Amino acid sequence: MANIVIDNITKSFGSFIALARVDLNIADGEFLALLGPSGCGKTTLLRIIAGLETQSSGQVKIGGRDVSVLPPRKRGLAMVFQNYAVFPHMTVRQNVGFGLRMAGADAARIERQVARAAALLHIQPNLDRYPAQLSGGQRQRVAVARALAIEPTVLLMDEPLSNLDALLRLEMRAELKSVLREAGTTTIYVTHDQTEAMGLADRIAVLHAGRIQQIGTPTEVYAFPATTFVGGFVGSPPMNFLTLPVENGSVRLGALTLKSPTGCEGQIVLGVRPEDLEPTVAAEGFSFTVRVTEPLGPHIMLTGESVGQPVRVVVPPDRPVPVGATMHLRPRYDRVVWMDPASGAAIGREETRQLGLGAAGN
Amino acid sequence: MTLRRAVFITGIVVLCAWTLVPIYLIALGAIGGRTVVNSWPKPFLPPADLSFATMREFFDITGVWTSALYSVEAAVLCMAFSIVLGVPGGYALARFVFPGATTYRLLILLTRAFPVAILALPLTVGFIRLGLYDTPFGVGLMHTTLALPFAVLISASLFQAIPRELEEAAWVFGCSPVRAFWRVMLPLALPGIAAVAIFAFVISWNEVFAASVLTVRHKTLTAYLLSVLSESPLHVQFAGGFVLIVPSVLFIFLVRKRLFSVWGIANR
Repeated sequence: MANIVIDNITKSFGSFIALARVDLNIADGEFLALLGPSGCGKTTLLRIIAGLETQSSGQVKIGGRDVSVLPPRKRGLAMVFQNYAVFPHMTVRQNVGFGLRMAGADAARIERQVARAAALLHIQPNLDRYPAQLSGGQRQRVAVARALAIEPTVLLMDEPLSNLDALLRLEMRAELKSVLREAGTTTIYVTHDQTEAMGLADRIAVLHAGRIQQIGTPTEVYAFPATTFVGGFVGSPPMNFLTLPVENGSVRLGALTLKSPTGCEGQIVLGVRPEDLEPTVAAEGFSFTVRVTEPLGPHIMLTGESVGQPVRVVVPPDRPVPVGATMHLRPRYDRVVWMDPASGAAIGREETRQLGLGAAGN
Repeated sequence: MTLRRAVFITGIVVLCAWTLVPIYLIALGAIGGRTVVNSWPKPFLPPADLSFATMREFFDITGVWTSALYSVEAAVLCMAFSIVLGVPGGYALARFVFPGATTYRLLILLTRAFPVAILALPLTVGFIRLGLYDTPFGVGLMHTTLALPFAVLISASLFQAIPRELEEAAWVFGCSPVRAFWRVMLPLALPGIAAVAIFAFVISWNEVFAASVLTVRHKTLTAYLLSVLSESPLHVQFAGGFVLIVPSVLFIFLVRKRLFSVWGIANR
């Protein structure tokens, strides 16, 4: 078992900075998701950890050992590739046993481990077939089984589910989670799909333009994004951001007056999740004009505007709202985040976080 | 049938005829004997009294068998060198990023643009000094330089067609770069490499100029026939041509699918 320390990793391609001084600590047995839009550097970071790419500066330590300059085979890790990369000229059995064979394990051990990994991923009936005879989902399972067969201390996964169709992805996600929990492997999972990251990970590291924006548990990242980018990227629909004026320590939101965080003047950004806006009476809320309604089954999503800015609200499905209607909304004050309009960074985050923890308790 | 389709089919027929009619005429001459060679118009079908007398006559010419053996020797050498040198070269072109890679690629092809005729004299002198003159080994070396550009470029495209992730997976799962090449890249490229080998063999088998210049007594089949057949009767010449064509056509036919996929027409 091993923890991973990523210490000040920078990677540049010519003048392009792919990763800028990235620090990450991943605990032994932890499942960390690297989340970000395409081109944010998440795959580059994973490949640097694997040794498939060389960092421009910085160190990678696995289990306390500096592996920064070691070739991939000496880093003691396994990897699942985005396009699976199962060897087409080997049977499933040979594929799954490949790592062990290369490590010089004896035949009995290889057979035992292959059988175990195959059972774990339900691919026993396909052991003697070739990858070309398998479906995408089955190949995916082979790739994971090949990685688990060597009982790695560290498992790296690069968007392993992105090539599967939606239903299969959901199924594999749940299965992966249970399999990896059982194995207790330290896992780094790269994805651009925030639901996948939320559903699988113990902690999420959100990357944007080569920088880590926030590291935290899925709940934390969802409820208290550290930047407007995180709030907008994590969660579907994204968080609402309203730029509001601050006067004498209070923020004006339509008819509502909110207490501003200490030391803010001029303008401030209010961040609130669509489901944290509650319909209320005119006296207690700000007005919201409905432009589009989308009945999504479990709830209705309303898109409209307040104080001249776009807002999304999620309301229960039992109360249909006509398009063009004006509603009054009240934010749940314990779920509100404040951001700096210039930098996009959260203001008084410690304070809000404590409030949030209090709210989570009831 | 649309006009477009008609033109398409006509094109195919013309191209096939362009290649097949000469081969057919040579074959006819080779098995038809003296009468068919000299008759006009040519019979469309092979004569009823199909005889291999002419062929036998051809193989009875002194030196044909030994020179065929030299041809095989040179061709096998050419094939071996092309693979041993060309496959790693192709791998390097496919996988390593180095300045001028594209230019280098072009330069490799340009070696073919250099006329061998200009090289003939210095090459002969050089080969005599090195003791390679008049040996199948020397001819094999010369043919390697002709086949190598293709070997390099074809293997490069073979390796390029193999996803990089397969190799990376091999590295992650415990392979050194050399081992990954042997365990993953080579097996996947093997059918294509076999095609490269046969291609090199055929290039050497068909080559006549360098082989004629570089040998005196140990002539390869093409060079030997060139010097001997000019004094033979016409039908024996046809038999000789036929014997030269058959292996090439056969080999190319065997690897045709590979060669197509190599040129990117039918990538798997």
